[in-house]
Amino acid sequence: MITVKEVKRSLLVSLWFVFLTFPLMVIKVNPFERTVSWRWSNMVYVAIGTFVISLLAKAWFVRKENRLSRQQEDSCRARTPIIQRILQRPGYRYPLAAFLLGAALVFPHIFSTYQANIMTTALMYIVLGLGLNIVVGVAGLLDLGYVAFYAVGAYSYALLNLHFDLGFWTVLPIGGLLAALFGVLLGFPVLRLRGDYLAIVTLGFGEIIRLILENWNAFSKGPSGISNIPRPGFFGLEMSLDQAMIYMYYLMIGLLLVTIFVVNRLQDSRLGRAWLALREDEIACQAMGIDKTRTKLIAFSLGAFWAGLIGVIFAAKTTFVNPASFTFMESAIILSIVVLGGMGSIVGVILGALILVLLPEYLRALSEYRMLAFGAILVAMMIFKPEGLIANVRRVYCYKGKKSNTSLKNDE
Amino acid sequence: MMNKSILEVNGLTMDFGGIRALDRLDLDVRPKEIVALIGPNGAGKTTFFNCLTGIYLPSDGDIRLVSPQTGKQSRLNGLKPNKITKKGVARTFQNIRLFSQMTVLENVMIGTHCRTRSLILGAILRTRKTRKEEQETIDKSYDILEKVGLSEQANEFASNLSYGAQRRLEIGRALATEPFLLLLDEPAAGMNPQETADLVTLILQIRDEGHAILLIEHDMKLVMTLSDRIIVMDYGKKIAQGTPAEIRVNRAVIKAYLGEDVGSDNA
Ligand SMILES: Nc1ncnc2c1ncn2[C@@H]1O[C@H](COP(=O)(O)OP(=O)(O)O)[C@@H](O)[C@H]1O
Ligand SMILES: [Mg+2]
Repeated sequence: MITVKEVKRSLLVSLWFVFLTFPLMVIKVNPFERTVSWRWSNMVYVAIGTFVISLLAKAWFVRKENRLSRQQEDSCRARTPIIQRILQRPGYRYPLAAFLLGAALVFPHIFSTYQANIMTTALMYIVLGLGLNIVVGVAGLLDLGYVAFYAVGAYSYALLNLHFDLGFWTVLPIGGLLAALFGVLLGFPVLRLRGDYLAIVTLGFGEIIRLILENWNAFSKGPSGISNIPRPGFFGLEMSLDQAMIYMYYLMIGLLLVTIFVVNRLQDSRLGRAWLALREDEIACQAMGIDKTRTKLIAFSLGAFWAGLIGVIFAAKTTFVNPASFTFMESAIILSIVVLGGMGSIVGVILGALILVLLPEYLRALSEYRMLAFGAILVAMMIFKPEGLIANVRRVYCYKGKKSNTSLKNDE
Repeated sequence: MMNKSILEVNGLTMDFGGIRALDRLDLDVRPKEIVALIGPNGAGKTTFFNCLTGIYLPSDGDIRLVSPQTGKQSRLNGLKPNKITKKGVARTFQNIRLFSQMTVLENVMIGTHCRTRSLILGAILRTRKTRKEEQETIDKSYDILEKVGLSEQANEFASNLSYGAQRRLEIGRALATEPFLLLLDEPAAGMNPQETADLVTLILQIRDEGHAILLIEHDMKLVMTLSDRIIVMDYGKKIAQGTPAEIRVNRAVIKAYLGEDVGSDNA
C-alpha cells in the first residue's frame, strides 16, 4: 500500500520540518549566562513525529481514494455518510430530535447554572454560525467582518436602553433590523466584489466599526464600554441571578429553534436555490435571470439580522458591552464554525459550534492554545474533509403525484 | 419576408482595448427561424452572444428585441443579463457552466427563477401560493428534463453527467426561462455522432415549439442540415450570409476557412 516513493517523500517532509523548526526547537540561547544549549533530542522528536504523521496522512489518502473508486458504481445513497443516513429516516429523525430537545430542556436542572451559562454561550454561537452560514455557506460570500453586525446589535441595545430606556423585547427586533440595515448599506457598494476582495473589505468594515466604538467616546463611551444593561424581563417578574441565567438559556433554545426552522425553510426555497447557484457560478446565474445584486443583498442582510439579534442577547446576557468583545477573533471563530461544520449544512454548523465553543471551555488547558488549535483543526479539515463534518446533501423532489422519493435532505 | 424580425442588430461593435472583436455587425432573426453563426476560432461569435445577453457592454451599435407575443420593442444595450433573460433571450455556454453541486433537476429549476416570484416571507411561511409555485416549478422542470432526455438522472449531481448530457442540460436550463430566442454556443462540441444526431432532433423539436434559435457551431454537417440561414463571421465582421446552399459555394467563406490560395468548392 505504501511505496518506497512515499517513504522517501515523508523523509523529505520530515527533513524540511527539522530545518524549519531548528532555530525554535533545537537552539536555546541563555542570555544571562551567554551560553547556547543544543537540544538535539528535540530534533529527533520533530523528525520522527513529522515522518510518522506524513506517512499516516498518505496512507489515509490512499485508503480514501480506494474507497471512492470502489463506490463510484454504487448509488448516491451508499455514499452518504452514516449521520445523514440516520437523519434522513423519519423513523430515526423525529425521535432523535425529540430526545435532543428533551435533553436540552432538562439540562439546566440536571447540571449547574454555570454549565447552563456555558451552554447559553454555545447556543449563541450556533445561531451566529447559522446566520453566517447563510452568507458564507449557502451564498458563498466570504464575510470576515460578521462581528460588526453583532456589535451593531449589542450596542443598539446598550445605547437605546441608556438613552431611551427601551427594554430588551423592544430592542430585540430593532437591533436585528438595524444590523440588517447596516448589512444593506455595506452590501450595496461591496457586493460587486468577489472572493478575496470581498473578504478584505468586510474585514476592514469589521475593524472600522470596532475602531469607531473605541474612539468615539461621546457616542459609545469608548473602550470603557457601557455597563448596567438590564437582563431581559419576564412580565415584570423579579428574578435572582440564577433564575435569570436559566431564563436566558431557555430564551436561546427558543431562538435557536426559530432560527433552525427559518434557515431550513429559506434554504429549501426558490431563494435558497438561487443562493446556491450564485455560489457556484455568478455568470450562469445571471444568464438564468437571477438578479445577482438583490439575491446577494438579501443573503447578506439576513445574515446580519441574526448577528444583530444575538448582539442584543449578548448585551443582555453580560449586562456590559465594550469594543473588546468585537474583535476579528470573534469573526474568525464564527467563520471556523461554519467551515468546520460543513458549508451550508445546519446540523454541521450545530456540531461545529458545539465543538469549537465547548472544547476550549472544558479543556481549560487547551484554551491558551485556542488559536493554534483552530489553525491546526482548520488546516486538517481542509486536507482531510474539505466538505466539512457534515456535507450538505441535495434534496430529491417529488414529481407531480408520483409518490416515491423520500426527502434526502439532512437538515430539518 | 413572411414575418417581422424578433431581433435586430445594427452596427454592433465591441472593442477590448486595441482588439476589435466585433466590427459593425448587422444581423436579424425572425420567429421560428434557425440561424447559424459560423466562422473560424476567434472570429467573435461568443463575444456576440455575450453582448446580446448583457455580459459585455457593446462599445457601439444597437441591439433591439421585439417580443413576438406583445410586439413590444426594447433596446438591450446596457441592460443587466437577468433583465435580458426576463425579456425572453436565453443562452447556453461554450464552456459548460452548470451548477455542478446541484442536482440536474435543480439546475433546471434555477432556470424558472425569472418567471416565479416567491421571496423571503413566502419561503419562511410556506404559504399556499408558495407551495403551489414550488410544485409548478418542479413539474415544469421535470417536463423539460423529459424533453431533453434527462429525467432518469433528475436527482444526480450535474457534475456526474456525461459531457453530451451536460450540454443537453444547459439547453434544458435555458428553456426553463421561457425564451422566444434561444442562443446555443457550440452545443455539439465534444459530442459523439449519436449524441449529435439526438441533438439535431432536439433542436428541431424546440424550433417547432415556437422558439427562434441562434446557433454557433463548428460541425458543418449539423449547420447545413439545421439552419434556415447562415451568417459567416471573420475577424469580427460579417463576411457572408445566405442559405446553406449559398454559403456552401461562397468564395469569401471558403477563403476565410481554407486560406487565400485554395479555390476548391467543398467547404
Ligand atoms: N473579455 C475579453 N477580453 C479581451 N479580449 C477578448 C475577450 N473576450 C473575447 N476577446 C477576444 O475577442 C476575440 C473573439 O473571441 P470569441 O468571441 O471568443 O471568438 P469565437 O467564439 O468566435 O471563437 C478574440 O480575439 C478574443 O481574444
Ligand atoms: Mg466561441
